[in-house]
Amino acid sequence: MIAATVPPPRVVLYEGAGSTPLDPGERTRLLAALLDRGYAVTRAVPGGAAQDDASAAAFVVLGRFGGAVPDVHDAAGRPVHVHDIGLSTVDEAVALVEEARAGRPMNRPDAGAATWKPWFPVIDTARCTNCMQCLSFCLFDVYGVAPADHTLRVENPANCKVNCPACSRVCPEVAIMFPKYHAGPIDGAPVSEADVHREKMKVDISALLGGDILAKLRERSAEAKSRFSKERSADAALAERRRCLTKLADAAAIPREVLDALPTPEEIERRTAEAARKAAAARDAREHATGRAVQS
Amino acid sequence: MGETAGATPRVLYCRCAYAQVVPGDVKDAVLDGLARSSVAFEMVPDLCEMAARRDGQLADIARAVDPARPLHIVACWPRAVRGLFHLADARLPDAGVEILNMRAETAGDLLARVGLDVGSGTGAAPPEAPA
Repeated sequence: MIAATVPPPRVVLYEGAGSTPLDPGERTRLLAALLDRGYAVTRAVPGGAAQDDASAAAFVVLGRFGGAVPDVHDAAGRPVHVHDIGLSTVDEAVALVEEARAGRPMNRPDAGAATWKPWFPVIDTARCTNCMQCLSFCLFDVYGVAPADHTLRVENPANCKVNCPACSRVCPEVAIMFPKYHAGPIDGAPVSEADVHREKMKVDISALLGGDILAKLRERSAEAKSRFSKERSADAALAERRRCLTKLADAAAIPREVLDALPTPEEIERRTAEAARKAAAARDAREHATGRAVQS
Repeated sequence: MGETAGATPRVLYCRCAYAQVVPGDVKDAVLDGLARSSVAFEMVPDLCEMAARRDGQLADIARAVDPARPLHIVACWPRAVRGLFHLADARLPDAGVEILNMRAETAGDLLARVGLDVGSGTGAAPPEAPA
């Protein structure tokens, strides 16, 4: 899950008038260290900063000011923390920034196992036909419908199961991307005719598994539950469940952890019905809107 | 700090810090080339992480696009980058934006497309001395 919903603190490395530029290699290391800890960074040089908008105010300015730290205010007139990094090492400069942050919440890419991988579907609106198959398919409420024009939207990206690209497999238009995926076209690489054909084949494969991949999941879960109650062996039931789900995992590229973590068959049933209702309502609303547009 | 830099390119660099899908040597070399140049530029840890939070800065960036001074977004596949902005309710215009792909191009090619001279192997000229 996303730990913080606020923007990352922004650091300005100031090398403009009144400061001494860093050594080039040192500058690269400092920028990389700040980015790899989750900070947004602006590099300002003589002639001006890159940022033209006023909304992304800096929270700290770093520079070599020779002891004469300038008074700096953001666009709203608030004073900005300015630190003279003098002859500090990269590590010392980063420590200054961390100290200035004073525990302000932020997401961290360097938090080890606690790091959230930003994994969620991204829609290629040039390809999406708003058929809502993905909305019907997803059990985790990731998709929704834009109220203004009843088009598909990714409503709850943080609900998506990390490393699961299954909904992209049910999209007949190859319109769903996962930018952190390892291969094209799911990673956003250009879509070829062969890709379209291949993705459609995958939809067909899921159909072969029982006509409806969710129906198959419900059936498998129910079988596993029944077996568990008879065998009284959690290990045996789990092993059987894993065996049964392997085919599904392979066909739809669903990580085993996601399948293992599926809710009860009843809950799957409820969520599927809810998703199908939302998808049908969105299709109706779009058809209605299109009809009105044609009439006028 | 509030001035703009005439004809110099506008550059937004994405570090893709939350995953290892962009080759490390490419993103490091691109950052190094930019850092060694005299260009002011913006860097973000990860456009995906920003899009997931619907960070308002993405809308600000999209609004500030000026065809007279193209914005170079150095990140990954253009289709994905445009989709990420769209997810954050920010629509990147077609004109005035060039998306450069660190997953498929070399650092040298990318820096050249940003307009930086990398012939010397050290990038463009170092920043001017302070006035």
